Amino acid sequence: MNVISSPHAHGARSVGRVMLLVMLALVPATLAGFWRFGWPAAYLWLVTILSCVIAEAMATRVRRIDTGRALGDGSAVLTGWLLALSLPPWAPWWIGAVGGAFAIIITKHLFGGLGQNLFNPAMAARVMLLISFPVEMTQWLLPTPEALPGAIDALTITFGAGVPDAMSSASLLGHIKSEASKGVLLDQSLIGHWAAGSFSVGERQGSLGETSALLLLGGGLFLVLQRIITLRIPLAFLVGVAVPAAIASTVAPDNYLGPLAHVLSGGVMLAAFFIATDYVTSPSTPLGQWIFGLGCGLLTWIIRTWGAYPEGIAFAVMLMNATAPLIDQYTRPRIFGRGRDGRSLNPAESR
Amino acid sequence: MGSLSIPPLVRLTRLLNRWGVHPEGRKQLTADTDLALVPLPDRLVLPLSQHIGAPSRPVVKAGERVLRNQLIAEAQGAISAPIHAPTSGTILSIAEVPVPHISGLPGPAILLEPDGADEALPAVETDPFSLSGEEISRRVAQAGIVGMGGATFPSAVKLSLGQKTRIPTLILNGGECEPYLTCDDRLMRDRADQVIDGARIILHAMAGSEVLIGVENNKPEAIAALETAATGFPEIKVVAVPSRYPMGSEKQLIEWITRREIPAGGRPADIGVMVQNVGTAAAIHRAIRFGEPLTRRIVTVSGGAVRTPRNLEVRVGTPLSALLDFCGGLKENAARYVMGGPMMGLSVASLDIPVIKGSGGLLALLSEEVASQGKDDASSGPCIRCASCVGACPIGLMPLDMAALIKSGDLAASVDIGLKDCIGCGTCSYVCPSKIPLVHYFNHAKGELAAQDRAKVKQDAIKQLAEARTARMEQEAREKAEAAARRKAEREKAKADAAAKAAAKKAAAEQTPASEESPA
Repeated sequence: MNVISSPHAHGARSVGRVMLLVMLALVPATLAGFWRFGWPAAYLWLVTILSCVIAEAMATRVRRIDTGRALGDGSAVLTGWLLALSLPPWAPWWIGAVGGAFAIIITKHLFGGLGQNLFNPAMAARVMLLISFPVEMTQWLLPTPEALPGAIDALTITFGAGVPDAMSSASLLGHIKSEASKGVLLDQSLIGHWAAGSFSVGERQGSLGETSALLLLGGGLFLVLQRIITLRIPLAFLVGVAVPAAIASTVAPDNYLGPLAHVLSGGVMLAAFFIATDYVTSPSTPLGQWIFGLGCGLLTWIIRTWGAYPEGIAFAVMLMNATAPLIDQYTRPRIFGRGRDGRSLNPAESR
Repeated sequence: MGSLSIPPLVRLTRLLNRWGVHPEGRKQLTADTDLALVPLPDRLVLPLSQHIGAPSRPVVKAGERVLRNQLIAEAQGAISAPIHAPTSGTILSIAEVPVPHISGLPGPAILLEPDGADEALPAVETDPFSLSGEEISRRVAQAGIVGMGGATFPSAVKLSLGQKTRIPTLILNGGECEPYLTCDDRLMRDRADQVIDGARIILHAMAGSEVLIGVENNKPEAIAALETAATGFPEIKVVAVPSRYPMGSEKQLIEWITRREIPAGGRPADIGVMVQNVGTAAAIHRAIRFGEPLTRRIVTVSGGAVRTPRNLEVRVGTPLSALLDFCGGLKENAARYVMGGPMMGLSVASLDIPVIKGSGGLLALLSEEVASQGKDDASSGPCIRCASCVGACPIGLMPLDMAALIKSGDLAASVDIGLKDCIGCGTCSYVCPSKIPLVHYFNHAKGELAAQDRAKVKQDAIKQLAEARTARMEQEAREKAEAAARRKAEREKAKADAAAKAAAKKAAAEQTPASEESPA
């Protein structure tokens, strides 16, 4: 006789559906990236995702896990997608290929596969690429939708020569960091480089998917409304970046970038809503999620301000990933009928 | 309606900690259908275990004729409940038959063949308020009344507890948060005065001061009916609570209404509250006013596969198949039969199983209603740590971590993070995108721990016996040795005495000749 455990109802989306909705939320920002950076960006996106999918198929085959099911849940595609969005849009194809394979094989499967990885695969891959291939990983270009190469010419960029020197330029964060090292004050170095309006719609140098802050915000809010993520991590992340930036830039405006420039530049929006909210590598407790988000934001600001790299999100997220299990352990919710210390409530007090 | 004034801080905490889920209610299938009594089946099956505690002991023999309301099995032990004949007829046998049990295994039951006369014992009417609290408890115990919400804890035990410690507040549970089920809703609408009278009797028995009836706000008709019936009784308040699963869980309902939490491992009495289901209150009303034992209850027959879902009044012991037949049978193949609600109910393989005192529902569910949850373990995927279960758990547990620990065999660690606080409501499994059967893990682990505890008790007993035996044998050996030593000493003393005597004699004999031999 077959005894089946309750409940006899189920009310959740499947994992595959969750991943699909996250991808859907990324579509507007991704399309905007393609529009601004052209065919090379689309090729890179495709190569990165393909690399992740192939790596997932190989890893699951070797580990004797159901490959069809593993690919069906869409997690590998999403990893590739997020990694692609964090790469320089005209990076050569092998950057995406190596990064995708690293993300899936090293960061995910060597740690035990879906649900077991300590670090965010996309961020770990980005850090690996940044450290190993600093030149390819810092070639930014100003988006020029009106003067982009055609589909065929673009092939020579992605699969050949890379970014022409003439088009390469520094991102805002890189620019002010190098200017600051020359002793140029912020109000000088910002001239012609920073405008909140153009930054929020993506008219700036940056990674493929990080430039359109508003579209990313929209996608993130869509996920919140769909109850796929909560506002805890994104909000804490933004606060963690913006509050110290606001304080520092008020105290010393010549040396510190303001909160709006911080929030709108680099990958803050992408990371706050799509990267740091990764289920597997963030804490599971509500309080833990607030702490995690704040930590990501604060570390991002610290690394950007005093670190050797102009952009610090990937490092910040990875550092906080490492602390997530610990955060979980110390922020467990209070159990009903027990005090914070885990001891049973004293009836005399609650009566 | 009783309005609760809630301090802003409590409001904020409740906003931040929105435990529970909102499963599709599907209550509209049956909520507005009239009650009907299911005709007598060919055979009633009355399991001896219809309650929490010791099974009852039959007091009838095969072939004996019994009348409706006659005692057929008596309570056995401190926590138990008697069983009465739901109609007149002949006892066929006492046998092992399929019964509603989580194990799916058969259990002992009294089989009764109705004679159709439905002849009852003479009814005795009593004024409840002339009785003492102890007498009311005694009569409730005699009537075999158990918690009708599904927990089936003997009600008299709760009542007696109320007489031992002062409990000011009675909460009637009209939450009925399980989807599909509308039996309590129907009862509150149709028999509100019985519920209110039952509440007054319980309050009188426990010498309490207020009754709060918690009803989910998706049952406005029930709330209105209760309010009308409670007019003139200022001690009774009807309190609308949000419709959210598992609001009908005792802990959650008490907390929501009184903002007091039952301490872990404690009882409602610890915080001055007694909780009874609305159905139990109605049963107590009948038992005390008219001397009627508990032999009937309201059952919701529902689910997408049932032709005409409705609420039925059913004699305890009626096989589920009779209920389904009365509702026109199936219109589609049922993927699963469930006794109780879909969230915590029992899946049953056979419709020969009878309705018992705690059965609130019979569901015949289509496969799209049960989704694929729990169909087979292979359909569940790896945990992606989405923490949906953490947010949904009404107790504040971390089901994902508990399940991981149980999976790795570390039951002690899962207890450390709250396994024993789990109420088994199924909310975590319901929201899991990977369809991990979390509750199944927890129930398994709890069973395993209980078995370990039992084994430990047994082992300890054996160890004690062995130790006692060793001690006894040592004692015996010691006593033997002591006795031997004593005898030896006596012998030696005697010898020495004799020697001394002999010496004295000799000495005397040396002076005067011996006349006697000294004994050896």
